[in-house]
Parts: sequence; structure tokens; C-alpha cells
Amino acid sequence: MLAPLPHYLILSALLFTIGVFGFLYRKNPLIMFMSIELMLNAANLTFVSFARYLGSLNGQVIVFFVMTIAAAEVVVGLGIIVSIFRARADIDVDDVHLLKD
Amino acid sequence: MGLVAFFVIAVVALLGALGLVLSRNSVHSALFLVANLFCVALLYLSLNADFLAVVQVIVYAGAIMVLFLFVITLLNPSHEEAPNQLAGQGWIAGILAVALLLEVGGVILSGVFSVIKSPAVPPVVDWGDNVHAVGTLLYTQFLFPFEVTSILLLVALVGATVLAKRRL
Amino acid sequence: MVSNVWLVLLFPLVGFLWCVFFGRLWPRLSGWIAVLMVGLSFVSAVSVLVGVLALPANDRLRVGELYPWISSGAVSIPLNIFVDPLASVMIVVVTGVAFLIHVYATGYMSGDPGYGRFFAYMNLFVFSMLLLVLAGNFLLLMVGWAGVGLCSYLLIAFWFEKPEAAAAGVKAFVVNAIGDAGLILAASLILITFKSLDYVTVFRVAKTTVTLGSGEITAITLLLLVAAVAKSAQLPLYVWLPDAMAGPTPVSALIHAATMVTAGVYLIARASPLFTLAPFTMTVIAWIGAITALFAATIGLVKPNIKRVLAYSTVSQLGYMFLAVGVSAFGAGIFHLMTHAFFKALLFLGAGAVIHALDGEEDMRNMGGLRTRMPLTYVTFLIAALAISGFPLLSGFYSKDEIISLAFTSPRGSVILGVIALFTAGLTAVYIFRVVFVTFHGKSRVSHHLSEHLHEPGMAMALPLVILAVLAAIGGYVQFPGEGFVDFLQPSFSTFGVTPAVEQGLNVGLAAASIVLSVGGILIAYLIWGQSLVTAENLGKMFAPIRTVLLNDYGIDALYSMTIVALARGLGRLFADIFDGLILNGIIDSLAGLVSGLSVVIAKLETGYVRSYAVAVLAGAILIVAFMARGGL
Repeated sequence: MLAPLPHYLILSALLFTIGVFGFLYRKNPLIMFMSIELMLNAANLTFVSFARYLGSLNGQVIVFFVMTIAAAEVVVGLGIIVSIFRARADIDVDDVHLLKD
Repeated sequence: MGLVAFFVIAVVALLGALGLVLSRNSVHSALFLVANLFCVALLYLSLNADFLAVVQVIVYAGAIMVLFLFVITLLNPSHEEAPNQLAGQGWIAGILAVALLLEVGGVILSGVFSVIKSPAVPPVVDWGDNVHAVGTLLYTQFLFPFEVTSILLLVALVGATVLAKRRL
Repeated sequence: MVSNVWLVLLFPLVGFLWCVFFGRLWPRLSGWIAVLMVGLSFVSAVSVLVGVLALPANDRLRVGELYPWISSGAVSIPLNIFVDPLASVMIVVVTGVAFLIHVYATGYMSGDPGYGRFFAYMNLFVFSMLLLVLAGNFLLLMVGWAGVGLCSYLLIAFWFEKPEAAAAGVKAFVVNAIGDAGLILAASLILITFKSLDYVTVFRVAKTTVTLGSGEITAITLLLLVAAVAKSAQLPLYVWLPDAMAGPTPVSALIHAATMVTAGVYLIARASPLFTLAPFTMTVIAWIGAITALFAATIGLVKPNIKRVLAYSTVSQLGYMFLAVGVSAFGAGIFHLMTHAFFKALLFLGAGAVIHALDGEEDMRNMGGLRTRMPLTYVTFLIAALAISGFPLLSGFYSKDEIISLAFTSPRGSVILGVIALFTAGLTAVYIFRVVFVTFHGKSRVSHHLSEHLHEPGMAMALPLVILAVLAAIGGYVQFPGEGFVDFLQPSFSTFGVTPAVEQGLNVGLAAASIVLSVGGILIAYLIWGQSLVTAENLGKMFAPIRTVLLNDYGIDALYSMTIVALARGLGRLFADIFDGLILNGIIDSLAGLVSGLSVVIAKLETGYVRSYAVAVLAGAILIVAFMARGGL
């Protein structure tokens, strides 16, 4: 069921865009974080598609590393979110604006 | 035939993504994302990336999303999200997202990158055992990044532990 | 030995530098070193004069170059020296009188906290004056000119804590600045017309480069005249000299009697090759001189401050010198310059002795009867007064007589000029003997406690008085009989084709007339002020309105104050308040406000919200992608 390359790329672009929109639109930090994961996924899909169509396994190795790093990032990121929002009633990223000028 | 399968999987993936973004309930969003990840794993399979497909399911969908769900339930997300406070944020987000899409789409379809257009027929690849092949690469050509990544994981571990403590 | 001329300049400069560095540390020593330096300069000047005398009569010009100062394209202005009979006579007079006054000042200024500073300024002045006289080109002349102007300011305002002294200093400087402007413009015109500022070059080609009475040469000479009028305190720029009496008396004696104020006359004599080519200017000079002489003499009849009377007397006598050079009698003018230096310096030093003895009193109405208590001062003062009145056999008689005679007989002279000169001579005798009688004769009006303080001046002050008295008495005999002095100066003018007017034999009638006037004037003064002041007071009441006019300088100071000063003040206010205050400050403030406003606007970017920052990042990313894609496209 291999599709032509442009199909994969367009799909990837759409997923990425949805992820971008989600990150900008939602206020819940967890949803925002998941949007980031979605974006990473889209990028991974692009890598793998190109790896297939260029005949090089390097793309897949890169995706391997991306996944690992994503995992590490999620761990630390969620830890931070938990520490910040642990004591609050509702979780809203707009509440954290102490760096405002 | 293969193309139909692709489109079905693609549509489900997209629906999952939209569900993630638009759902009011955090748990639902997480589950939508899991669906999306599954679809992407299937696409990996179609692209001869067997190892990655499995890793995606086990690590991403299995470990990371579980972690997400733990945190979601920890932070008790039952409240409805308040309407968007930042002025015009919704509009800006929409416009910029569309802009990005058009931009990237334009680049892809414009044919600037000849590699996108020319393979009307996908090239024949013979990678043999995918796990074997990827593994070989990892331990020879990409050995250094591999080791660095392991240190990275160690750092993340330590970081998470520190963050979790109530008092240092 | 003409080459000693460099020493003449060097010694006062060394004295100045010494006093600058050590004047505060060792004031008394520095004072004596200053005196010594001027003395050495005098000795060198005499040797220069001797050297010039030793040269053959038709070859008495020597030019020497110290340093090729400015050399730009076709114009070359070196630091050079110009020595001829005129210059050599001037430097002897300047250094000699300066030496005597320096000696006097060690006595007069003793105890003053600014003692060292005083002598530094005095030495600097002597140096600048000598530079002015010895300069070989107009630019160097300007350096000396500015230098004496500066020293004049510094010394007039020496006691700067006194507001009138500070104001007088500024007034002198400002009025002289008008003269400086004239000098600079004249020098520029000279440079344009003659392509050089060097005396020798300019004077040699003067006759062939410009036509007689042409616009350019008239402009040049009129501008030079402005400078001379300012420096020599003639109408209409005399106003600074009476106020300058706020300075210490030695300063008044040296700068404002004997040397600096004569720089204007010297300038005209020196640039005679240029002036003789501009008959209009010469006429102007003669008339300014005559009218100023008369004008100042009338004012001298009523002023109560002893130094002020002497100041107006200086203005009047300078008028005589101007009259002389205006009728082409350059030699006679310089002769009078020399004799005037002697008796006017003596008059000032004598007045200084009186003021010193009376602990600062300068108003003659509080003096009187001093001849018994200060005989030496009285006698020397009397000799000077007789000299300035043109009493026969004394120096003033010869020099003034020469001028009066030439006013009548010179081809450029006229009867009216002569009559004015003659009449003013009579007035001179009257006003100077007014001073003599009011100060030294009659009943003493000195306050009781001061009259105990009265004393003859000490040796430092007395000796110069005596020496100057001798010079005032016999100084005329360098000229008489015959034309010794004027003949000696002749080559200074004839070398460049100038024929000064010279007296042809003794005009007995004129001599008799001037003797009558001088003696008559003394008698009139005796009648009015000789015995007591009653007659004077009655006369004063009778002629009260005239007296008021005279006391107020004919209203000239008031006129200047209302017009020029007001104008300058208005301009100053305009620039300070409007231009600087509103416009410039406004520009700066609005720039600052602009930056400030901008920063407020830009600070709004820092909202603190993560999502706003995300928007910014995304927007940037889109732009970058677009840029890269464009490059690929």
C-alpha cells in the first residue's frame, strides 16, 4: 500500500499544521504538549517517507533518535507542568505570566 | 488497492489529530492522539520501516501516552476550559496555521525539489531484515549519537526525579 | 648689536614663565626677577638701538627670521622680526618705562595677595608689546596686539573681586574686540591685495600695486584705523579707558599711558606706506585726533577722580599723536609718543604715590595741601605737569609744539586743525594744573586719621619718580636743536617712499603763542583752584548744566548703553532663551521622548504569555521557510 511520495508529505504537512493550531489555540498545557507530540510525529513521518524514496536508512535512524528524545522531553516537560500546576485549581497556561514587562 | 488503504489510514489519522485539538475533555484528546499514533505506525509499515512502527506503538503510544494520561488524571482536568482570553489568539492561530500549510504545501507541490516529483514508480529497495539493518547502522555509523542519547535519557531521569520532589 | 633683538623678546618671556610657576611660591623673589628681566630687556634694547645707530644712515633696516611658521601654497608667513629706527626707538621707550614702573610696582603692590600673578601679567604684557612692535608681518603684529589686549584685561580686572574692576576689564576687552575685528579684516584685505602679509614685501610694492586713493587701500587703511582707534582710545571707541582706571596704578601708568595705548599710533606710523596712499583716511585720522583731543580735554576739567582726569588726559594727548600722523608728521607723532610716555607715566606714578599714601583715596575733593607732607612727590608731579602743559624748555614743549606747528604747515594740515590743537594745549594746562592745585595746594581736606597715615613713598616708588622727572625734563633735547630725533626716524619712512612732513625751521610766532597759552592756562587754573575751592564751586554752580554734560562724557556712555549694549543683550537673550532653550532643547527633548515612547510601545511585546511568544516564533518560522523557498524557486 505504498502511496506516491507527495501524498505522504501532504499528510505530514496537514498533521503538522493541526499540531501548530492546537498549540496556539488551546490553553490547557497538557493539550499543548500533546500537540507538540503531534508535530514531532508529523516530522517523523516525513523522515521515514524520504528514507523510503531516497533508498537510505539514515532517515529511519534519525526517527529513532527523535523518538528517544521526545520521550525524554515528555518526561521532563510533564514534570515541570506538574510542579507548576500541582497546587492550582484549574490548569491554564495563561496564568503563568510573571515575566510580563 | 494500496492507495485506498493509504487514504483510509490517512483520514483516520487526520481525524485523530483534529479530535486531539478540538476535544474539550483532556482524556479524550489523549485517546485521539493514541489513535493518531497507531495510524502513523501503520504508515511506517507501508514504508518498510518495520522496526520504527513497532517502536512507535510500544514507546510512543504505550509509554508516553500512558504517562500523559497519568498526569491528566493527576491534574484533574474535569473542568471545562474557559473561553480563550488572549485577544485575537484564535484568529491569529488560524491564520498562521493556514499560512504555514499553504507555504509548505506550495513548496511540496511546486516541483522545486525534483526528488518529490520524479519517482512515479517508487524505487526498489532491499533492506532485508529491517531491525538488523537499523541496528547495524546504529552501532556503527551512528554510534556516537546513540551513546549521547543514552546519557540524555539519564539526564531526563535525574531531572524528573528532582522535579518530583516536594523539597530539594 | 642688532642681533640682540631676540634677547629683548626673550627676557620678559622668561620672566613671565618664572612668575607663572613660582610666583605664588616666592612672590617677593618673583617680583624682583620680573624687574630684572625687564631691566635686561631694556639693556638689550639699548644695545639694539646702538647697533642701529652704528649702521649707515641709508641702510638701517634689518629683518630676521626665527621660524618658518606658516607656509601654505603661495602664502608664507614666518615668525620674523623687523628692526629699523622706529622699532628700535619704540623698544627702548617701552622697556625703559616698563622697567621703571616694575620697580615702582614692587613698592606699590607689596602685600597684595596676587603679587606674583601681577608680575606674571606685567611681564607677559611687556613681551606682547615688544612682539607687537618688532613683528615683521601683520599676522605676528596681530599676535602681539591680541596679547596686549589680553594682558590689559587681566590687569584691569586684577582685583577681580571688585565688581567695577571686573566690569571694566570686560568693557575694555569688548571694545578692543571691535578693533581686533578691524585688524583681522584689514589683514585679510592686505593678503588678498598684496598676496603677502610681510612688511617688506607689502611696503615695497604698495605704490605699484594700488592706485592712490583707490577703494581697496582706503578700505584697508580705514579698517586699520578702526583697530588703532579702539586700542588708542579715540572717539568713538575711547569709552574703555576711563573705566580701566579701576586697575592698579602701575597698570594705568604702563599700559594705559605709556605703552599699549600708543600701539595704535605705532600701527599707523609703521604702516605709513599704506596710509599715505589713502588721503581720505589720513584726513579722517587727523580730524579724529583733533576732535578727540579737544573733547577729552574739556571733560578733564570737571572730573573729581584723579586717575580719571589723567585717563582723559591720555585720550587727549593720544589725539595729538593721531593728529600728527594724520597730517603725515610721523616723526613728530612718535616724538610726542616718547615724551608723553615719560610725563604721563610720571603723572600716574605720582598719583599712585598720593593714593598709596592716602590708603586708596582717589577723589581729589578729599585731598589738598599735600605738598608740605609729600614734597618729592609734589616736585616730580609738578615737573610732569609743566611738561604736559608745554612749558618752555621741558620735553612736552618741544614735542607738542612740533605737532601744532605741523598741523598748520603740513601739506595735509589746515588752519582749523591748528587752531583746535592750539586751543586744546591751553585747556591741557588748565586741567592738569587743576589737579596740581586741588591735590597739593590749599587747605588740606584729608580726613584726620588718614592724614596721620600720610607719608612719602618708599625708595622703590620714589626712585622711578625721580628718574622719570629727569627724563620728562630733558627728554626733548634728543630733538632740539635741529631735527635729531625726527631725522633719525626718517629712514623708517623714506625706505618705502613715504615723505613725512617735517618742520622747516622754528616758527617763532607759533612758539610764542603756545608759551602764552600754557602759562595763561596755569594762571587760570591758579585763579580758580589755586587758593581755595570756593571760586571753583561758584563757577560750578554758574555753569551747572555744562558741567553736568561734561561730567557725563557728553552722554556717550549712556548712548552706547542704550543702543549697542541693549542690542547685544537682546541678541543674547534671543539665543539663550529661544534658540538654545526652546529649539535646541526642544529637539533633544523630543528625541528623548521619541525613544521613550517607542520603548513603551515595544515593551508591549513582552506579554508574559507563552502563547504570544509561540505566535511570534511561528510567524518567524513561516517567514524563514518562505525565504528559503523563494531562494529555491
